[in-house]
Amino acid sequence: MNQPIILSTILFLPLLGALVVALVREDAEKLVKTLGIVFSTAAFVASVWLFLAFDGANPNMQFVEQYVWIPSLQVSYYLGVDGMSLLLVALTTFLTPIALLASWESITTRLKGFVVSMLILEVGTLGVFLALDLFLFYVFWEAMLIPMYFIIGIWGGQERIYAAVKFFLYTMFGSLLMLVAILWLGSYASAQPGGSFTTNLLELYKIAPSIPWDGQRWMFLAFTLSFCIKVPLFPLHTWLPDAHVQAPTAGSVILAGVLLKMGTYGLVRFSLPLFPYATFEFMPYLAALGVVGIIYGALVSIVQPDLKKLVAYSSVSHLGFVVLGIFALNVEGMQGSIIQMINHGISTGALFLLVGMMYDRRHTRMIKDFGGLAKVMPVYASFFMIIMLSSVGLPGLNGFVGEFLILLGAFKSQLLDSHWFAIFGATGVILAAVYLLWSYQRVFFGKLENPANASLKDMTVREWFVLVPVVLFVIWIGFYPSTFLSKSEASTKQLIQQIHEARIGTQMRAAHQPLPDEASR
Amino acid sequence: MPYQLIGVAVFLPLLGFIINGLLGSRIKSERLIGLIGSGTVGISFAIACAIFFAMLGAPVEQRSHTVEYVRWISTGTLNVSFAYQLDQLSVLMMLIVTGVGFLIHVYSIGYMHGDPGFWRFFAYLNLFIFAMLNLVMADNFLLLFLGWEGVGLCSYLLIGFWYDRKFEKGTTGDAAKKAFIVNRIGDFGFLIGMFLIFEMFGTLNFNDVFAQASTLSVGNTTIMWMTLALFLGATGKSAQIPLFVWLPDAMAGPTPVSALIHAATMVTAGVYMVARCSVLFALAPVTMTVIAGIGVATALLAASIGLVQNDIKKVLAYSTVSQLGYMFLGLGVGAFAAGLFHVMTHAFFKALLFLGSGSVIHAMHEEQDIQNMGGLKKYMPITYWTFFVGMLAIAGIFPLSGFFSKDEILWKTFSSGQVLLWGMGLVGAALTAFYMARLTTLTFDGTERFDHHHLHPHESPATMTVPLVVLAVLSVIGGFVGVPHSLGGSNAIEQWLEPVFARAHSKLLHAPHGEGAVEYVLMVLSVGVGITGIWLARRWYLSKPEIPKMLATRFGPLYNLLRDKYKVDELYDAVIVTPIHKTSEAFLWKIFDVKIVDGVVNGVPKLIALFSSLARKVQTGIAQSYVFVFVLGVVVILGILIMK
Repeated sequence: MNQPIILSTILFLPLLGALVVALVREDAEKLVKTLGIVFSTAAFVASVWLFLAFDGANPNMQFVEQYVWIPSLQVSYYLGVDGMSLLLVALTTFLTPIALLASWESITTRLKGFVVSMLILEVGTLGVFLALDLFLFYVFWEAMLIPMYFIIGIWGGQERIYAAVKFFLYTMFGSLLMLVAILWLGSYASAQPGGSFTTNLLELYKIAPSIPWDGQRWMFLAFTLSFCIKVPLFPLHTWLPDAHVQAPTAGSVILAGVLLKMGTYGLVRFSLPLFPYATFEFMPYLAALGVVGIIYGALVSIVQPDLKKLVAYSSVSHLGFVVLGIFALNVEGMQGSIIQMINHGISTGALFLLVGMMYDRRHTRMIKDFGGLAKVMPVYASFFMIIMLSSVGLPGLNGFVGEFLILLGAFKSQLLDSHWFAIFGATGVILAAVYLLWSYQRVFFGKLENPANASLKDMTVREWFVLVPVVLFVIWIGFYPSTFLSKSEASTKQLIQQIHEARIGTQMRAAHQPLPDEASR
Repeated sequence: MPYQLIGVAVFLPLLGFIINGLLGSRIKSERLIGLIGSGTVGISFAIACAIFFAMLGAPVEQRSHTVEYVRWISTGTLNVSFAYQLDQLSVLMMLIVTGVGFLIHVYSIGYMHGDPGFWRFFAYLNLFIFAMLNLVMADNFLLLFLGWEGVGLCSYLLIGFWYDRKFEKGTTGDAAKKAFIVNRIGDFGFLIGMFLIFEMFGTLNFNDVFAQASTLSVGNTTIMWMTLALFLGATGKSAQIPLFVWLPDAMAGPTPVSALIHAATMVTAGVYMVARCSVLFALAPVTMTVIAGIGVATALLAASIGLVQNDIKKVLAYSTVSQLGYMFLGLGVGAFAAGLFHVMTHAFFKALLFLGSGSVIHAMHEEQDIQNMGGLKKYMPITYWTFFVGMLAIAGIFPLSGFFSKDEILWKTFSSGQVLLWGMGLVGAALTAFYMARLTTLTFDGTERFDHHHLHPHESPATMTVPLVVLAVLSVIGGFVGVPHSLGGSNAIEQWLEPVFARAHSKLLHAPHGEGAVEYVLMVLSVGVGITGIWLARRWYLSKPEIPKMLATRFGPLYNLLRDKYKVDELYDAVIVTPIHKTSEAFLWKIFDVKIVDGVVNGVPKLIALFSSLARKVQTGIAQSYVFVFVLGVVVILGILIMK
């Protein structure tokens, strides 16, 4: 750890960018946009350095930084990455400049505010992935809501207010529960012999698993509910289609690409290791909701007339896979979930980019307004095809790796102890082909009959720059996922082992002091 | 060592795809594009030949090799690589894929001449060869699946190649989508099969799985479900009941595609996969029975539909479905080598027939209805004679290739005690001879039923006729690698493949056996029904056209049922597609999401609005208030904690 400052560098580069942009004159639009891209790209470069310097064989937190913040509560500014957060940090810094570049022309009002919001949003999400202190985590978790709220509410579509408020209320509901749970955890620590109030995650990893059944159950539910809203897990998903459809393209990209991952990341980082016993108790239900989400999201996607809403519902389906993989509680499923988080960020992010490009041209997203576009926009059609296939989970492209590992993990999971989770989950593979291929066909194939489409321009140079990096990762992960899987392997193994050891521990305690009905587990 | 060149052979077509795919639209010369496209496949074929001869020269026990390249997916206990298995089975498939593939690439240079998507076509074809080679060369299930889905993708792209054209009631896009989705249903089965394999054996590598499997005893339930799931995958890719419905529609693609993908290679992937996993299947007698039953049922069903179709490619499509049924019949009775033998001969004569039909369609300016043809033989003699040879081969006339392979399957069926299945197979053979002779007669003989003022049929260029002649020669002599002992041959192909199937054969309960005299009788019978079928069709459609008309009227309902393909598509639509669509739209989305969940959610802000007017405006409303409340809350809670 010879570069302990790297995480703060990544975290504060966008913030510095936001400050600089705020100082620029409102009408210097080009400068504002360029600065936004420069600072977010700098954060990406720093995270590439981090990625290369990260030791994949070491399962523990690396590049740790810790400074005392509120001494009386032992709250500290405490950052660190392990294999799981590393990939999400890289994803965040990768997608932000792309999203900014994509909105080069589509954002025309209050541009400065937009770029500042996007950069602050990036800080908030990076903070969520980097924080090792629950209090710090909570601050980032909440702070990120505000720029997102503005992005939807100011630069969004027709019904942006409704969508923004709905997004807000849903998330706030979960967050408040989580705040209570965090404080409860801190006090629990202080009630231990020789303990004191703490929100240090690594300390709590040691203390929390011994929380008695009832407390653990409520704590788990408070955290998990908050995360599941963010995922979103069926049936808490209805904020998502509205938020996605109303948000501007860049907002949708970050929302789908990064924000949803905060929910699944939260499950992996907090719910599971802090409350292993409750995890075992609730895992079949959560896995089942994941499976329902896979099928439900796909079925509803099939019948969407609006392309953007279709992509939004498909996120429900894809994130259902992630939840299923997490609650398989084995290395294959968990690794699959992690890589699926990255894949979904890339593929769904790219789908939103593509839909946005079309909206910029035609100011409609209704599938029925299109048809035969392959003729006038062959390059665009090819890019769309590759991304669509990645989302369908075609082997050789990124989506397959995650889905396969998740289903494999769920299938062989001895704790889920039923093949049906994976079998029903695998029907999502069929349904994904249905909704994506059908919509692709209606947009790109057939005769070009709508005269409004006859003179559409194919991809511009800027749009090439937006999509080519994405496609490179789609193929890279598809053919050589080891680059990424090997970074998270050790951390995943340790996490799984940690949970299983805690389970054995609780079982042994249960054997000594028999408790009602759980003792037999 | 030529074995090490396998990577070159597999990845050269991918290189061709990349070059033509990225730069094709800039390359103005069709010749260059065609050269890149067919050249890469040609080199792969040369490498396949080199590997084959090296293998031939090696002692039997040294013929199997694994060449491993980079790791693909490795995490937890899963570890799979880009590794290729070279053995008697995979090299046979490789020869077929690259050999027939090369001829079809050459043919396409002529056939696709002038098409604005010329470069795209060759890019897709190359990608197909790459995927297909992965499918047949893979040394593990996952890499096989990469090829498996990859060929499905290429099939999708090529069926929808003319994406703005109409096709039957819909568009080519409908046909393409249908192919992909129906295949995906099969792939779902394949996935489940793979999971069961991984759970049971802890690996997805062929060698490890099959070695462990060979220590098991027959009748294991898990193996039964495993093989049934894998077979579901095979019914998708190889167009068997219940998933055969996509293949006839796949004819929306250009004809070389129908020949290469939807007749000679891709559709045999299911047969290859079952043969590759023969030891697993041999452990599950129930599955074997299912395979044989589905195979022969599909053979009969498709052949009966083929009797009354009037689209030249449609007849050939149903004929393909039917012939694939024979291959599965062979596999199902444990005659794995015979099934593979038929894969090979079928690749020759069905590619020939499809390319011949393409030559006809080319000459007739996209006309495909045989009722509007007739008398073409004098305009296009090479096409006619090669087509005629293909017809004799598929009808199983001695000594053409189809005779040996089909007869081998029927004989093995009979001698393993499945007399009923054999009888059904024989009926199918009679139908095959009839509909193929009907097709040939209506197309090339008799009166000319097309408009002479607008159509001037002509023979196709050499890039098209040379492949036809080569395939016709192969259709004639291709069977001689499998001349049975009873006819003084040595059944070389069965011997060649024996080491691959040895483990499976030791598990089979009803090994085929029987004595010579019966075998001769059966041969005579099957050639007899073949000749009768051809004779009847020629007589009816040349000199007594009133007979088929009379039959169609007298058996009206039956005729309509056959013409409408037993209405299977309509059935699937009514039972599966429409209900899913309606439920998703009317209930899941518009009631559950919008009314129920959102009803609850929207109730909350209304409640809040009673207490405050937070949710009014964006800029001055909820967000700032929220920030305020949030900060206030944190401060208060912290204050309490610090004070206490």
